[in-house]
Amino acid sequence: MTAIARHMDAKRRREVVTPEGVPLSITLATRGSRLMALVLDYCIIFLTVLIVTVSLIFIGINLEQLDSLDGGGGEFLLVLFFIAMFVLLNGYFIFFEMGPRGATPGKRMVGIRVAARPRGELARSGERLTAEAVIARNLLRQIEIFLPLSFFSSAGEGGAGSAWIVGSLWFATFMLFPFFNRDALRAGDVVAGTWVVEAPRRKLADVLSLASDESKRGVTDYRFGDEELSIYGEYELQQLERVLRDGDDKTLDAVHKAIVRKIGWQAGSGDERAFLEAFYTALRAKLEGDMRLGQRKADKHTQAQR
Amino acid sequence: MKPPALRNPFAAKPLPEQPDIEAAALRSDRFRLEREGEWRRLERIVSRMERGRIRGLPDEDIADLPVLYRQAASSLAVARETSLDAATLAFLEDLVERAWYQVYGPRNGLFRWLGGFFRGGWSRAVRAIWLDIVLAFAAMAAGVAAGWLLVARNVEWYFTLVPGAMAGGRVPGASRADLAETLGVADSAGGLSAFAAYLFYNNASVCILAFALGFAFGVPTLLLLIYNMAMLGAMAWLFNSVGLLPEFMAWLSVHGTTEFAAILLAGAAGVHVGRNMAFPGEASILAATAQAGRRAALVMLGCVFMLIVAAILEAFPRQLAGFETRVLIGVFMLIAWVALFALVGRRGSAETAS
Repeated sequence: MTAIARHMDAKRRREVVTPEGVPLSITLATRGSRLMALVLDYCIIFLTVLIVTVSLIFIGINLEQLDSLDGGGGEFLLVLFFIAMFVLLNGYFIFFEMGPRGATPGKRMVGIRVAARPRGELARSGERLTAEAVIARNLLRQIEIFLPLSFFSSAGEGGAGSAWIVGSLWFATFMLFPFFNRDALRAGDVVAGTWVVEAPRRKLADVLSLASDESKRGVTDYRFGDEELSIYGEYELQQLERVLRDGDDKTLDAVHKAIVRKIGWQAGSGDERAFLEAFYTALRAKLEGDMRLGQRKADKHTQAQR
Repeated sequence: MKPPALRNPFAAKPLPEQPDIEAAALRSDRFRLEREGEWRRLERIVSRMERGRIRGLPDEDIADLPVLYRQAASSLAVARETSLDAATLAFLEDLVERAWYQVYGPRNGLFRWLGGFFRGGWSRAVRAIWLDIVLAFAAMAAGVAAGWLLVARNVEWYFTLVPGAMAGGRVPGASRADLAETLGVADSAGGLSAFAAYLFYNNASVCILAFALGFAFGVPTLLLLIYNMAMLGAMAWLFNSVGLLPEFMAWLSVHGTTEFAAILLAGAAGVHVGRNMAFPGEASILAATAQAGRRAALVMLGCVFMLIVAAILEAFPRQLAGFETRVLIGVFMLIAWVALFALVGRRGSAETAS
């Protein structure tokens, strides 16, 4: 289960090299979260239109009656209203994606953002997200979503069956587009040279080797030999780090038992956390020391590699 | 806050400054504790920029941003080689990515960008696709000629080319008076907004479709232009047959110069994308499409603006003004657009065009 999840995560991982030459690993957004963001955005737009219309009625402007006013003033307002709606529908995405977060409110809620797809010889060098790219990817929205809708509405008037078929095919083609390429690009992303990635937002956690110093004070001083520390590799170290950060007593207990058995010590009790922290620190010191010498050990099944 | 100093990450371990750092058991943790202050400062600056409060930031923070970003990037590179602290590595990766988006993000907000767009970016984009404009114009001219000639040979073609909704009372066999009436000055603006809305919708659809069909290598775009212009040719023939061609042209020119220019540009944008997909040159197809797409998107954004102008012209002056006024407005708009595309932004930087 976790192996599958890890594999799926790795499939969405991409490497981008910044202009400074630092490789960054970027995670593509899932197709599901993008659909969710789209639905949220249209809910927001729809609610805005609804609120504006209702409040216009409250201040005494009824759109239906505007048409019948004399002198053309009412009609002018009506045309303005339609143009405003048009601008809102198209400008919403462009305005927010051009902002510093590169995401519409819906995308922000889901935790994703728009970024420039790397180009260049190896397709890895990171690029600047430009205003043109944002506009291009959002103009294509018209073609992907609203054009087939207009087919449907014309089918409704004329009752022609072929318009339904054409509209559905068109709609399906663009909706399924992200499933037929590696980077989950929709047509707008292809044209604009963008992709949608998970927005980074992890915080800095505390230093673990410091905490261990404090909790160790006054308790047994654990010392590990080289033999005991050469069993585990980097993968186990990261798992141990996660367990320590989560701080769940039951898990600590189980992990403690497993490690003690593996290194052939006698299991004590009541001091699991301090033991694990000490073991973590010692193991990390050992692995990092080896790393500086160019030896890395991925996990407990592999031998250290030069 | 002490000013950040550039420090060689590969230099000998500096003397610990705080007892905290001394207490850390691991060399990699000491590395982290020494730099943590700068990372946190960068995180604070980036968070404020993300919230759009760049104006509230002190000048020194903005000045230090690139330095802090580069330091964090080099910290990340070092930490990857020396540290096995997954949490710190994850934080650094995210921090550098966030800072990267800010340092290399869109430079301006939408409104400032729009200012640059109208002051030259749009015109430069239009000039950049001149070859495609020529192609699209040729297709449109061919369409008008084809429509005229087809109807001139066989009147039945008229009903094929012009759909009922567009034709209204404008059909072959209608008397001269009837046809003149369709061009007439309306008594009031009553009912015109619906007509304008319909035409705006129709033109916007044609424009978007012309652009979208560019992805089939531009051929359907040209066909669409030919078909739409054949409709115009057929109508022109009809009015010519009763000797009303100048009046028809005047009626059309009020909004038509704007509208046909928009359709021409949209078609050219589509052809541009299609042409670059078909002949990507040395770039990969994806890269060539993306580059052409960005340029075409600029042109298309301008088209949307032109269509809005055309809708406003369509709703009022066309139906209310007399013959001379119509010609005047139409010709004025044409000159205005051509001047905009040909002259504006010639000396400006290519900042928005690239």
